[in-house]
Amino acid sequence: MKRVYVNEEWCLGCHLCEFNCAFANSGESDMVKALKGKPIRPRIRVEGDDRITYAVSCRHCLDPLCIRSCISGALHKEDGVVCIDREKCVGCLTCVLVCPYGAVQPGPDGAAMKCELCLKNACGEPACAAGCPNRAIVYEEREEGQA
Amino acid sequence: MKKYLIIGGSIAGVSCVEGIRSRDKEGEITLVTSEPFSNYGRPLISYYLEGKTDVKRMSWRGEDFYERNRVDVRHAVTAEKLEPEAKRVLLSTGEALPYDALCLCLGSHPFSPRFEGVETVENRFFFTTLSDALALEKTVTKTSRVLVVGAGFIGLKCAEGLRDRAGSVTVCDLAEHAMSANLDADCAPILEKHLEANGLRLMLGDTVERFEGQTAHMKSGQTVGFDVLVIAIGTRPNVSLLAEAGGGVNKGILVGEGMETSLPGIWAAGDCTESMDVSAGATGLLAVLPNASLQGFCAGVNMAGGSERFDKGIKMNSIGFFGLHIMSAGTYTEPVYTELTDTGCKKLFAKDGVLTGFILLGDTARAGIYTSLIRERTPLETIDFEAVKKEPSLLPFGQDYRAKKLGGAV
Repeated sequence: MKRVYVNEEWCLGCHLCEFNCAFANSGESDMVKALKGKPIRPRIRVEGDDRITYAVSCRHCLDPLCIRSCISGALHKEDGVVCIDREKCVGCLTCVLVCPYGAVQPGPDGAAMKCELCLKNACGEPACAAGCPNRAIVYEEREEGQA
Repeated sequence: MKKYLIIGGSIAGVSCVEGIRSRDKEGEITLVTSEPFSNYGRPLISYYLEGKTDVKRMSWRGEDFYERNRVDVRHAVTAEKLEPEAKRVLLSTGEALPYDALCLCLGSHPFSPRFEGVETVENRFFFTTLSDALALEKTVTKTSRVLVVGAGFIGLKCAEGLRDRAGSVTVCDLAEHAMSANLDADCAPILEKHLEANGLRLMLGDTVERFEGQTAHMKSGQTVGFDVLVIAIGTRPNVSLLAEAGGGVNKGILVGEGMETSLPGIWAAGDCTESMDVSAGATGLLAVLPNASLQGFCAGVNMAGGSERFDKGIKMNSIGFFGLHIMSAGTYTEPVYTELTDTGCKKLFAKDGVLTGFILLGDTARAGIYTSLIRERTPLETIDFEAVKKEPSLLPFGQDYRAKKLGGAV
């Protein structure tokens, strides 16, 4: 399946992926209206220091610990994509406790929130990759185990 | 065709079905459960009382799970006797079920010391099943005075769930601090203050000596009047089915890394088991839902001829009370990092060059990075631990690790 992959050597640390992610998942059609003056809640996060930067989002693991650990059964797979049923989620954050990448976080309503590859929002494909100015984030098929 | 039998329909049992079906689509699976309800996560019952979920949404793998996986499920039935020689289990219905591979997902039961006069209490409950929650929901009214005995996470989650339904909620515990199994004396007061600010009455270092109808006489000499009593002191693994059949049992059912018991053809998973805690280097009760799920799946795969290992088991909990989140994991060995404020705390514990445990209260962002360090027993000398202590991120793991994890399918 296609996943979001990150090449940190190409990352400029511009944080555009965070804004594109927050916008794509806002349900708004106007970026200014969606983001201006509000704390943004992206599902991708740029980490690093003054030398290295890179973006982290859900790895859509082959055997996701979050799905096994979810107390409500809200986390599940749809065609390989780790999705969350936010109606079922009770906000216990066990997924945050177990994700080895720090890629799950609470949303504004308390329910957990994570990257679902923009497959269900208006963007239709990961907004982080589509808008990455240096192709440090790509959305593509890679062999299992191939770096 | 192979005959699989699973005793227990909670998370371990359901995960066991998933494990079997990941390898064997044809074998006959029968699952026996004492529950009248379809599969649900037991920890959801406090969220039910709080109104954050309902019976329909509580289904862990969906109402049609058994049908989809072609499982012959028997609800509200218990297993009475195990005959390992004859390879069969006798049920409360009188039926005898044969098996080729058996998994015991027997769970645990609420434990209570013998309180003098407890039989004079009309409305008394445990709090471990949906039936308990539904019964409490019926009994508790806006004027009820609720007394919860036990300030561990079951008791406190129950108290939180009942706060808006009841007139008052008092929680007592013999321990000096709330959640004494999970928090230490530095972290616990922050939680206690928060619980009291949110309307719970705490009586710590004090417990009931005897009951007299609707009055609890406390060790301290105080008396507490109540209408509804919840006993949430702890749970004990259900081991008797296997123990009586001659299987190896300590506090829980003893299992190996493949979740096999000491008896051939019999596996066990979930709260009934005692297994290796990699953070302690010793076996222990790892009775939390994620472990039940991982163990059940592992057992199922192995019952179907696979070779799955449950070899990264630790205790871990994520829980929130009135908006304050608490996460804890592993074993509290030697403290190597402490951050303490009025509203939160962070403590990390390490021994022999690996992280063994942590407590986070308040800021719990990316806690899984710490959990992963414990589970994987990552040598701390291979990462920039000083940086990880302050802030969990992937930066201190180095470029090779990130290239592998962020550049490949994991």
